[in-house]
Amino acid sequence: MLQTEAIQARRGGFTRRKFIKGVVAAGATASVSGYLFRGSGIFAPMLTAQGAVERLVTLTVNGQQRRVDVPKYETLAMTLRYQLGLTGTKLGCDRAECGACTVLLDGVTHYGCSILTHSVQGREVTTIEGLEQDGELHPVQQAVMDEGGFQCAFCAPGFAMSMVGMLEKNPNPTREEAAVLLSGNLCRCGDYDKILNTAMRAAELSRSRA
Amino acid sequence: MAVMRDMIPPFELYQPTEVDDAVRLMRQHGDKGWVLAGGLDTFDWFKDRIKRPEAVIDLVGVEELRGISDGADGGLDIGAMTSLTDVAENADVMNRYPLLAEAAGLVATPQIRNQGTLGGNIVQDTRCWYYRSGWPCYRAGGNVCYAATSQSMNREHCIMGASRCVAVSPSDTAPALVALDAEMVVASTSGERTWAAADFFIGPDIDIERMTVLKPGDLLARIVLPAPWEGARWYFEKVRDRKAWDFSLVSVASSLRVEAGMIQDARIVVNSVAPYPVRLRAVESAIRGRAPSEETGQMAGEIAVEGARTLRHNDYKVALMRNLVKRSIRDAA
Ligand SMILES: Cc1cc2nc3c(=O)[nH]c(=O)nc-3n(C[C@H](O)[C@H](O)[C@H](O)COP(=O)(O)OP(=O)(O)OC[C@H]3O[C@@H](n4cnc5c(N)ncnc54)[C@H](O)[C@@H]3O)c2cc1C
Ligand code: FES
Ligand code: FES
Repeated sequence: MLQTEAIQARRGGFTRRKFIKGVVAAGATASVSGYLFRGSGIFAPMLTAQGAVERLVTLTVNGQQRRVDVPKYETLAMTLRYQLGLTGTKLGCDRAECGACTVLLDGVTHYGCSILTHSVQGREVTTIEGLEQDGELHPVQQAVMDEGGFQCAFCAPGFAMSMVGMLEKNPNPTREEAAVLLSGNLCRCGDYDKILNTAMRAAELSRSRA
Repeated sequence: MAVMRDMIPPFELYQPTEVDDAVRLMRQHGDKGWVLAGGLDTFDWFKDRIKRPEAVIDLVGVEELRGISDGADGGLDIGAMTSLTDVAENADVMNRYPLLAEAAGLVATPQIRNQGTLGGNIVQDTRCWYYRSGWPCYRAGGNVCYAATSQSMNREHCIMGASRCVAVSPSDTAPALVALDAEMVVASTSGERTWAAADFFIGPDIDIERMTVLKPGDLLARIVLPAPWEGARWYFEKVRDRKAWDFSLVSVASSLRVEAGMIQDARIVVNSVAPYPVRLRAVESAIRGRAPSEETGQMAGEIAVEGARTLRHNDYKVALMRNLVKRSIRDAA
């Protein structure tokens, strides 16, 4: 549902903007109502108010500068998935509860579903697609391969990003410490035991590479 | 749990870099404006389309609101935009005010603590699910409380301090700050004003639509931890259904000054039992001059729950509160 509506909204963008221009030209006040937005497709407050941010932003994602036209109310996970095509970042709950959307901002884990894209300008965004370096898997990715630690694996990219964040904080965690550091991620298949095996393996691999 | 909707309805977005500009924008937009810190309380409201501000004032770029520094009169100043992780892991907070470090470190999950701010954690709205699901209750401007009927699901609701509304304060840092006599510095276009933490949180008898004294246009700028409670004995315990990720069912925070084996002064604060963190003044005066023992704790627990009024599903909170208050005195270290 999320996906199709986001895509529809984007596809409709052009006609909508034309429609809005018409409204403005006719001198009517455009109502910024969510229900209207959903049904009739009125898009964003059309004229940028004085001092407000511009829609065009420059993001640093996986080491690359990306210029994107982002609605002001869009979350980072939406921008990554539907504007930049980085679909490794998943949307599970969209409510800061499950961790499927976990990305790194300046090396620290955040829920991509619960931060505005406009709020991350000037920060280094790292997604699961950015872990591999010059064809070499990140120790966390290698550990996932070694341990086969997921079932459906929908939660895997989010867990992997949390494991990277975990290693940053504590390169040598006990199993209990790892469980606490990964407690912001949920696995619907309940595969926690193997996920913790993966985390411990990742720590081991990362220490041996260092 | 909230019904999943699609996208957040549009709003105009401002990203000021100075407090002066932020408060000017807040004043300009009044109750049609919304202050955005980490967003972890905010986005549920927006996604559910229950709160629909016209303008969002994002504080992410206001550097002076971030960081921890020595206070003018000793103590410690913490900017409202400081992340909960930074509060929990800061060496000064850990060494001098471990009670606050502990409370901040028990909030939600690592990701939420990395992004959520101390200010946002203090100012966050209640989690009563009738209210948060958009039911037109007293707190939402209606004329009924859906959580207090004979059919209601009210296991998480309050046992004291109710006035029509029975929702509880969900913040983990709030009781710790009250137990440290923290001060809240509030900025607006008319200057700064300081509130004692114990007065900052308000109940529905004072204003049923707000959890704190903040009105539209008021910005919580920083939290001042005063010197007197630095290094005191302390205790914090948060009881919840899961060992991670969850809001408290009942929590307790205490600061104790003990000399020659006797309690000289104390702050005992319980949260998630009322619409605001409850400072137990009667307990504090009853335990002064006594040893922090099992007996004193027992007596304190009994005094603490006097006058509690339970709802259909939450009588367990009385026993929980009694025991937590006992431990907060007996086990403070
Ligand atoms: C899954 C989940 C679990 C959670 N578990 C817990 C828990 O266990 N314990 C707990 O305490 N909390 C918990 N929370 C709540 C969360 O910790 C708080 O919502 C968070 O700390 C709020 O901080 P924020 O910076 O993200 O706030 P925001 O959402 O940005 O702001 C919260 C509110 O405060 C206002 N505000 C923010 N900063 C200021 C300011 N400086 N001046 C004036 N107004 C301001 C905003 O306008 C908004 O109304 C949980 C949340 C989620 C989603
Ligand atoms: S999708 Fe972000 S936490 Fe679930
Ligand atoms: S493996 Fe299926 S959700 Fe985790």
